[in-house]
Amino acid sequence: MKKLMIGNEALARGLFEGGCRFISSYPGTPSTEITEFAAKNDAITCEWAPNEKVACEAAFGAALAGVRSACAMKHVGLNVAADPLFTLSYTGVNAGMVICVADDPAMHSSQNEQDSRHYAIAAKVPMLEPADSAEALAFAKRAYQLSEDYDTVVLFRTCTRIAHSQSIVEEGEPLPIPEKPYEKNIAKYVMMPGNAKKRHPFVEERTAKLTALAETTDFNREELVEGATVGVICSGTAYQYVKEVAGDKVSILKLGLVNPLPVERIKNFAKDLSRVIVCEELDPVIETHCNNIGVTVEGKSLFSMIGEFSQNTVAKALGLPVKEGFALDETIPVRPPVMCAGCPHRGMYYTLSKNKITVIGDIGCYTLGAVAPLSAVDSTLCMGASVSGIHGFNKATDNKNAKKTVAVIGDSTFMHSGITGLVNIAYNASNSTVIILDNSITGMTGHQQNPTTGYNIKGDPAAKIDLETLCHAVGIERVRVVDPYDLAACDKVLKEELQYEGPSVIISRRPCVLLKSVKTKPALVIDPDKCRTCKMYMKLGCPAISIKNGKAKIDATLCVGCGVCEQLCHFDAIGENK
Amino acid sequence: MTVKTTNIMIVGVGGQGSLLASKLLGRLLVDEGYDVKVSEVHGMSQRGGSVVTYVRFGDKVTSPIIDEGEADFIVSFEKLEGARYASYLAKDGKIIVNTQQIDPMPVITGVATYPTDILEKLAAKGASIDSFDALAIAEKAGSSRAVNIALMGRLAKYLTIPYEKWLNAIKNTVAPKFVALNETAFSLGYNA
Repeated sequence: MKKLMIGNEALARGLFEGGCRFISSYPGTPSTEITEFAAKNDAITCEWAPNEKVACEAAFGAALAGVRSACAMKHVGLNVAADPLFTLSYTGVNAGMVICVADDPAMHSSQNEQDSRHYAIAAKVPMLEPADSAEALAFAKRAYQLSEDYDTVVLFRTCTRIAHSQSIVEEGEPLPIPEKPYEKNIAKYVMMPGNAKKRHPFVEERTAKLTALAETTDFNREELVEGATVGVICSGTAYQYVKEVAGDKVSILKLGLVNPLPVERIKNFAKDLSRVIVCEELDPVIETHCNNIGVTVEGKSLFSMIGEFSQNTVAKALGLPVKEGFALDETIPVRPPVMCAGCPHRGMYYTLSKNKITVIGDIGCYTLGAVAPLSAVDSTLCMGASVSGIHGFNKATDNKNAKKTVAVIGDSTFMHSGITGLVNIAYNASNSTVIILDNSITGMTGHQQNPTTGYNIKGDPAAKIDLETLCHAVGIERVRVVDPYDLAACDKVLKEELQYEGPSVIISRRPCVLLKSVKTKPALVIDPDKCRTCKMYMKLGCPAISIKNGKAKIDATLCVGCGVCEQLCHFDAIGENK
Repeated sequence: MTVKTTNIMIVGVGGQGSLLASKLLGRLLVDEGYDVKVSEVHGMSQRGGSVVTYVRFGDKVTSPIIDEGEADFIVSFEKLEGARYASYLAKDGKIIVNTQQIDPMPVITGVATYPTDILEKLAAKGASIDSFDALAIAEKAGSSRAVNIALMGRLAKYLTIPYEKWLNAIKNTVAPKFVALNETAFSLGYNA
């Protein structure tokens, strides 16, 4: 039956049909739904791990035990899982293993625009890249055979426009899964120097064999146009754009196995063409390879390394006409993402902003605390960097600014990689104040459970990490809990903990307002007779309040009655609709 | 005869329910036998930011996105967002706009102003506009959250898919207890 599926759903289906029976992942846009869709299939054991390194190693353990496995992550997640990846390349696998990695060109929901193909090259493992949902299913289904035939983990790359684009897919039958009983093999799986020295030549031989595969495999294909003098080498979404604007004009070498790349096949494709163009988003990986093998191509002289492509990008580069729409002379104000009305983070950020605190931030919805008018966040680097970063910030300056500095980190991010930073604060003793913004869910990626929520990926009850106990256990004596809807309490606790000479943790605790389990209150109203348009509410950056006809007005479709603005109003103008 | 690819953009503010609208539309078009691609973005941009979904259908669809000058229809859940994506509207395209105004944060904080008469200015450039108050219609149907289905009702007027097929797709897409409400919103949007 034909179904419309996002790439992530199709990929999950392909993994299942290919024999995957264990998936461990950490959520990350745009990869999250791979694991969520797989979790709906009871044949696969699916888990949210605390981070990508744990996920990757759990998947390795499953493969070692003889179970075809996978893990899924966003591009920056692979940085976290890079440690197991590079040595997994040496050990190889018992049952097959696939690491799905989703790049985010244009940074729709990411902090950088790194190109995951570099990992495949650096770790010397094969990488597959589909161009739509049907290919995501087909490639994933074949990935385990590739993994087991060549004794290697397989990287499976997507990008936002594959992961989150729906196209038509036909589900197939699951393949029979060969038995792979666990067998002790110290020389293969214990990577100490003596063994690793013997495995490295295997890795190089494997690359040579995979390159030979790339010359003939149907993961790669030529789409030749009779009489064409121009050829384009491309993969993934770039292929779709080329096909759309010039599919009838240029010959195409469409790559599905994007590492290692073929040599003779590219030379052969190029030999009768007057012009060969490489169309690839992000870095010039294929282009560099072509240069290395002596095939003259044009690539980044025509295309940007920045952002996503589109059909017009390709049309312009190929000198083809592009369409035009309507141009308004008006300046359209930007509409950046903002914290939701009723977001529990807002009260704490307002308190930090009011007290002019330096905030070492982290990755999640709460990164939006950096957006005006709160403008509360001073730095955001990567998962966990708030807790580690504040220690260096304070310790290196002899705690000079410690009474004006905090780290903020969400509950899920704290589980991911905040704990080790907190251990460091306690062990190496800085006067750091860490605020855990505990909204009882992994918010930004769309509400995934984590070890602090008490539920697993299926929504079944699970062991619940108690944050207070955990903080105490790593050596933090002072742990305070505060409700971020209570501005007076936030202010009091913040001031007390900043004054304290030593490490402390404030848990700012209230569930995400978008959770179905959260009961919201009716929208508040502003009494126009009492409102003096002092604009005090503006300091909150709440999307539900704005000025209409000279008076502040609350949008009843957005307001959830959190009452934070009510606490700020000096004129008693905000209250329940009576 | 090959069917030319039709391009529909759904634009709005994160949280307005555009994902459900594109789900409904996608499912309907597949049932009608078209090749379909739907592309949207999840994650941070959904948090009250400007969001856009591309829906393309025809005999064979390649690119998952719609580029400038290509949209046959833009369904805009909010006035300013319609104006923002005007460059994507084909010269002979139609833009369906909910006249609701949702102030973006720079307007709320006073560093920018919400442009006045923006739809009139777009019309003066020659764009074909169909604007109406979808929020009022949704509220009349029983919930302000039904804006998305009211707008789909309006879009249905311009497509050749039979009315009953839309109602069927609504039944298959929304939770059972909201079917009646959404059918009303759809019908009011269609006839508005």
